[in-house]
Amino acid sequence: MMKRLLAIILLLIVGYWLAQGLAGVPFGQDKMLVGQYYLDNVKQQTGAVNAVTAVVVNYRGFDTLGEVTVLFIASTGVGALLWKRKKKRSAKTEGSIVLTTGTRLLVPFVMLFGTYIFIHGHLTPGGGFPGGATIATAFLLLYLAFITYEIPHRGFEKTEGLAGMGYVLVGLIGLAIGGYFLFDWIWQTWNFGTENVGRLLSGGFIPIIYTIIGIKVGTELSGIIDGMIKEEVSE
Amino acid sequence: MNGITFIEYLIVGLMVVSAILAVEWRDLLAAAVGMAAVSLFASLLFFMLQAPDVAMTEAAIGAALSAAVFIFAIKRTQRFETEEEEKPGWWVRW
Repeated sequence: MMKRLLAIILLLIVGYWLAQGLAGVPFGQDKMLVGQYYLDNVKQQTGAVNAVTAVVVNYRGFDTLGEVTVLFIASTGVGALLWKRKKKRSAKTEGSIVLTTGTRLLVPFVMLFGTYIFIHGHLTPGGGFPGGATIATAFLLLYLAFITYEIPHRGFEKTEGLAGMGYVLVGLIGLAIGGYFLFDWIWQTWNFGTENVGRLLSGGFIPIIYTIIGIKVGTELSGIIDGMIKEEVSE
Repeated sequence: MNGITFIEYLIVGLMVVSAILAVEWRDLLAAAVGMAAVSLFASLLFFMLQAPDVAMTEAAIGAALSAAVFIFAIKRTQRFETEEEEKPGWWVRW
């Protein structure tokens, strides 16, 4: 009881301190310095209508590369921690017929929607990470509904590695053409899609990188689910 | 207080309540549900604050995948918090 009381008092002090610090910041007012530059120049410089994905992929591409690396390390860590020579699904009860049939009907739609999210990253909200997570949700649905379902491991892990290499490769091509890593060569050197900003075939390399990230995140999170749901079999 | 502000206050209140319940419940499965509820309200709040990209990511990661991962972990360990830590005297609990 005493511990809890002390924790609450400490939390109240920290909360009051943070509120004092934030009280001077006006909410929702126009105080942008760098943000105004992004909003003014995003269409001419990157060809993307969605400013968020343009910033994430184009202006601040290193952050995205770092995030992808973090996710890859997390997936590798789960794989290493839960590694066993022989692992199997341990579920005993098959899902009801409503669940299995519903999953059969729903999975293609979920996958299609995930693909839609990451292909249209430069036009609509979303991008590689939500799209990949949606695709992983489809695989989660398959795992939950069918007791014998397993992702094809060899193909999945190779796809994951190839997608990660593809991202670095796109950056390296930019290094060769434009002079720095992750240079947007499709937009700034080729001028591809300059006249149809706002349509699908525009946005420089944002759709390409987001397709790569979507595939990578989708396979990675499916791999994590697979590693967590299986149990060791002793023989 | 107009409608939008009222809805925002409502979402923040529900989020705080579900966060407190998520740490208070001793049934870990229920706590995972509370955590998913916090994610859901955070996602709604991001949407109300006009950040649809963040809202989509929060919904996809927080509400579906991390809840699923927590539930898998609970399935392979144990479901209820034990009362063991309450047994020693107050000087130990300090």
